[in-house]
Amino acid sequence: MLSPHSQLIAVGKGCLSSLEELGRMSILFSHTVRQIFASPWEFESISRQVRFVGSRSAVVIAVAGVFVGMVVALQFHDTLARFGSVSLLGSAVGLSLVRELGPVLTGLIIVGRVGSATTAEIAIMRTDNQIDAIECMAIDPYRYLLFPRLIAFVIAAPLLTAIFNVVGIFGGWFVGVVVFKVNQGAYFASMADAVLLGDLTMGITKSIIFAVLTAWICMAKGFLMHQNHGMVFGAEGVSNVTTAAVVMASISILFADFVISALML
Amino acid sequence: MRNKSSIEISVGLFLVTGLLSLTYLTLNLGNVGVFADETYTLYARFVSSSGLKRGAFVEVGGVRVGTVQNINVDFDSYESIVEISLDPNIKLQDDSIASIRTSGIIGEKFLKISPGGSENYLVPGDEILETESSINIEELISKYIFESTGKE
Repeated sequence: MLSPHSQLIAVGKGCLSSLEELGRMSILFSHTVRQIFASPWEFESISRQVRFVGSRSAVVIAVAGVFVGMVVALQFHDTLARFGSVSLLGSAVGLSLVRELGPVLTGLIIVGRVGSATTAEIAIMRTDNQIDAIECMAIDPYRYLLFPRLIAFVIAAPLLTAIFNVVGIFGGWFVGVVVFKVNQGAYFASMADAVLLGDLTMGITKSIIFAVLTAWICMAKGFLMHQNHGMVFGAEGVSNVTTAAVVMASISILFADFVISALML
Repeated sequence: MRNKSSIEISVGLFLVTGLLSLTYLTLNLGNVGVFADETYTLYARFVSSSGLKRGAFVEVGGVRVGTVQNINVDFDSYESIVEISLDPNIKLQDDSIASIRTSGIIGEKFLKISPGGSENYLVPGDEILETESSINIEELISKYIFESTGKE
């Protein structure tokens, strides 16, 4: 029996609880970022996280990059051939990879490969009361658990994006130059002409912002899972927050991408 | 111990690969001259430099020898002053002609310099006096249309 009145109450409750969650997540973010000033940094744990976020994603990123570069070259070659301007293939591939596809796809792959694992790991620590145990030992979980991950994401994401771009450019080179016999000089020269330093800065800025968003959302969803309304603990709870984190991080990346592009173009 | 050093190796390898990719991108695509070649600067004054952008190429005999560094308006004469940086091996005569051309029909604008016959060479900071402004296709078309109707 849903009267309009009770529906209104449900909407209001929903809004309030989302606001509350956003607030909690923001407070967590500020606590984590504040650790920048807490010396010394935990370099060992940062490097372990860089290995997890970066080194072990590099192969996936490279494989994805090859295929994305190849398909972009294929599509643009088909389109440009209609206008007889195949020599612009390099600039089309370079610009689309450096500005958009590189940062966005790398960001999404990082969300899927690393973000989900991060949420699940932290959420399980929360359900097992490991985080409470850490706090009982007077160890700051923000400093030992969250801050190294944030830094690792920020270090690894731009580098992964750069790897993705380079590999993608050579994937495009393979399709364009080797398969379709586009002039190799034209491919690289038109790319170097079209891609400016501003485009690279834009791509790197995007990847850093995506990394911060991913790290923040994925860590916060796991870390704060015990405060969710109608929360479920255990396996089901972990799977819920992990799904929520991946969805929210992916959407935020796409939204942020639009905003950054609009601001920087 | 073995485990720890393998972590360090994989992190190091990743960082090196990532940084190398980043360097490749900035040097090859971003046109950042870390080992920037020396250049010298000349100026050219145009009635209109419409369509010419910062970073456009400067060609002599069809070969790229420099770039447009800056474009400003001279507020006294309302002309545009284009700052050009050139390869120091290129010596230009003081009666060289700078003209703004378009590569292809819808391509980018670039600056073409045709050498002159004088024996005096331009030195850094000089101004190229002979210039040809951008050719505006729309203006040409409208001129053609209105002149031909005007005669009848």
